[in-house]
Amino acid sequence: MNINAAGMHFKDLNEQIKAAGKEAVIDHCMGQRYIGSGLAGKEIVIHGTPGNALGAYLDGSIITVYGNAQDATGDTMNDGAIYIAGSSGDATGYAMRGGKIFVKGDVGYRAGIHMKEYKEKSPVLVIGGAAGSFLGEYQAGGTIIVLGLGRKRPVGNFCGMGMHGGRIYLRCQAPPADLPRQIIVKKAEKEDRKAIEAYIREFCEVFECSEKTIWDSDFYVLRPDSKNPYHQLYTQN
Amino acid sequence: MQPREGQVRIPSGCAISGMFSREGKRMDGSSIIKSIATMHDRSNGLGGGFAGYGIYPEYKDYYAFHIFYDHKAAKLACEEFLEEHFDIINLSKIPTKKHPRITDEPLIWRYFVTPLHTKLKESQLDEKEFVVRSVIKINTKIEGAYVFSSGKDMGVFKAVGYPEDVGEFYRLDEYSGYCWTAHGRYPTNTPGWWGGAHPFAMLDTSIVHNGEISSYDANRRYIEMFGYKCTLLTDTEVITYMIDYLGRRQGLSYEEIANVIAAPFWSTIEGMPPEKRAKFTYLRNVFSSMLITGPFSILLGFEGGMMALNDRLKLRSMVAAEKDDMVYVASEECAIRTICPGPDRIWAPRGGEPVVVTLSTHGQNERSKESA
Repeated sequence: MNINAAGMHFKDLNEQIKAAGKEAVIDHCMGQRYIGSGLAGKEIVIHGTPGNALGAYLDGSIITVYGNAQDATGDTMNDGAIYIAGSSGDATGYAMRGGKIFVKGDVGYRAGIHMKEYKEKSPVLVIGGAAGSFLGEYQAGGTIIVLGLGRKRPVGNFCGMGMHGGRIYLRCQAPPADLPRQIIVKKAEKEDRKAIEAYIREFCEVFECSEKTIWDSDFYVLRPDSKNPYHQLYTQN
Repeated sequence: MQPREGQVRIPSGCAISGMFSREGKRMDGSSIIKSIATMHDRSNGLGGGFAGYGIYPEYKDYYAFHIFYDHKAAKLACEEFLEEHFDIINLSKIPTKKHPRITDEPLIWRYFVTPLHTKLKESQLDEKEFVVRSVIKINTKIEGAYVFSSGKDMGVFKAVGYPEDVGEFYRLDEYSGYCWTAHGRYPTNTPGWWGGAHPFAMLDTSIVHNGEISSYDANRRYIEMFGYKCTLLTDTEVITYMIDYLGRRQGLSYEEIANVIAAPFWSTIEGMPPEKRAKFTYLRNVFSSMLITGPFSILLGFEGGMMALNDRLKLRSMVAAEKDDMVYVASEECAIRTICPGPDRIWAPRGGEPVVVTLSTHGQNERSKESA
């Protein structure tokens, strides 16, 4: 079902999405917040600019955006997938606990902040362009992959600040110089690369790009030093 | 009576938007109203406002004072002060339209003035300083009078209400300017009063602000040493005075002002090439009390230009875009796309990285032609 969102308040739009069948296509989207929040079992396609907290608490639906998303996309998302054919704003994947987000372009500051995982729940955030500063801040679990396609540097400053779980993969020739001390960085080996193969394939299928180009570069993997991740990070301990 | 700013503290989300024509094209206020209205839910109806630049070409050599009066006695007292210190070229009520959602309006007057030659000479101050001190005097000494706009060829229009209603109330579609900024307010620390709405302005500098700075008191104590009086307990007021001080009195460029108030971390400065490192080290050391911490995104309007700036950690959202000679900045991308559907470029400036736009040579010429 097609919904023309021009001039519509987010409450009405979300009610119409809920009332629609399995599939909803939103046209002329212009900043409406909380689209698809908490929803399971839907396929939502968005043309335009969805507002903040797109797919917050998403519980299994699939959202595709033909445009840019704003801030806090996939906030505390539990399951499902969000595909963004443009870029996404600050705090993309904020506190995600499951599901997948794929962004073709860049993401803003604090992407993947406080992502977490538990048993079979392990969220994934794949970024085609570059991420702003504080990528994976306080990350507690899950996987963040930054491809840096067409970008000089894949991340801004303070990547992995306060990170104490999960993994960050950066596609680049050298890791960032200002990584915090509690992070262990190493060049991705065969096993590490294998672990993200499926996500890279999915990214390339969705956004139609060459898998070979992506693999034609080194990757670095960032993990917290699990021995004492908080050592002298906030206090003298 | 509702308590005023400065009398009570209530422990803001806000929205900002701005548009600027480098070629000095004059645009009426309807687009900026449309832009800020897209972000309606970021504010709560307790404040909205606009600043327009290039709107008074026929009076461009005179300071345009926009003043709120609580009662007639305040108007009489203020006009007596003005007549004593200024030559008043023109005065009138600011035209407004009755609006169902804008109520309890004060008396709103506009004066085009220039300092009296004798008074100015007597004061031994330069003209701008004379005007600043006069504005501060009215705002602190004349009970019930508040000058909320005091620049040349620019004006601030603000009220308690949602910004789109405020724009209609002030009939902004009847003004045209080369630059507009707008604010939708969600006050958190103060109750929301007409004078406390944004933009805040001093001379031609105006600020709209989203955020809440945590260095307020440190900044306030420092800036008050230079003759400013922060009377409203709002962080935006102190930012306005800091920028006025750094720019007008210390002669810093807008980029340098950004490097002072949103200075990079020492660890980031250490990684800079030597010359740049020396400059940033100097600025941080000399103006250490002018560092603003805590979340903010601001739009600064000034004569012939506009600057957008985020705090160094980028704790508030801000998006910028360009289309031909136009530059747009807003809290959310939707506020830009609603008035400029196909920008040539759209990007999120980094924390502490200012976006400064000024009139092109052609734009400056256009401006002076209009007023000739």
